[in-house]
Amino acid sequence: MVTINGEALDAGGKTLADYLAEAGYEQNRIAVERNGEIVPKASYGETRLQDGDVVEVVNFVGGG
Amino acid sequence: MWGAADPRPSKAAMRQALMARHGAMLQAKFEGSTVAICGLGGLGSNIAIALARAGVGRLVLIDFDQVDITNLNRQQYKASQLGQDKAQALGENLEEIAPYVSLSCHSVRLTEGNVTALLQEADIICEAFDQPEAKAMLVNAVLEKLPGKYLVAASGMAGLGSPNAIQTRRVGKYFYLCGDGASDVADLGSLFSPQVMLCAAHQAQTVLRILAGEYHV
Repeated sequence: MVTINGEALDAGGKTLADYLAEAGYEQNRIAVERNGEIVPKASYGETRLQDGDVVEVVNFVGGG
Repeated sequence: MWGAADPRPSKAAMRQALMARHGAMLQAKFEGSTVAICGLGGLGSNIAIALARAGVGRLVLIDFDQVDITNLNRQQYKASQLGQDKAQALGENLEEIAPYVSLSCHSVRLTEGNVTALLQEADIICEAFDQPEAKAMLVNAVLEKLPGKYLVAASGMAGLGSPNAIQTRRVGKYFYLCGDGASDVADLGSLFSPQVMLCAAHQAQTVLRILAGEYHV
């Protein structure tokens, strides 16, 4: 299982890009940390989620 | 600004007052630090004032925009400053509040291309933009290109929701996020000064805590 934003999900083996698309995120509004490290945007397609990973997807909304 | 009969207290007197409030060790940490504020709207203008009052030594102020009449509901500008560059106008206001803060004011748009040059000197960077794409660009650029710098960002403070919804969380070792995470101005229509100030206060307090060596939330 992969823990994404605190929730255990069966996402092991997927690429980060695939997960983000399935979950409906807009890639130009997010930042992703995986096991405490930022995942560069250019690496979403080649980053494969593994069981035990802890992922935080920060989705920015407007206003400031 | 300051007239011929300059009523400013001396630099030594202001430092003494801050040291009396904060203690010499903490004040030395604040005074020796540089904080960059990216976006000088409702968040950034309030963050800047809080940090200048606390005696943070140097502020880097960045915004490409000018003061508009629609900003006056929540941003720390005066009606007399409409049309001025925000970076310049906020700098003038800060000099009245805290005349010895060192300022670096930039009326430019932050992009992936100039992030490193503009933010290199900062110890801590505040993301205070309003557009979600700009927020995400800055957060990704800082975390990718400027490792080891602390980043305090914000998301979700629109509307008339409960003030208790505003929180700070530590997303990563160097990455803090303030706001309710969800209240989007695109859905809620407007931003209200108190909630934006609350979020800005979370950001400013987080900056001071990091400078003090308090890294937990």
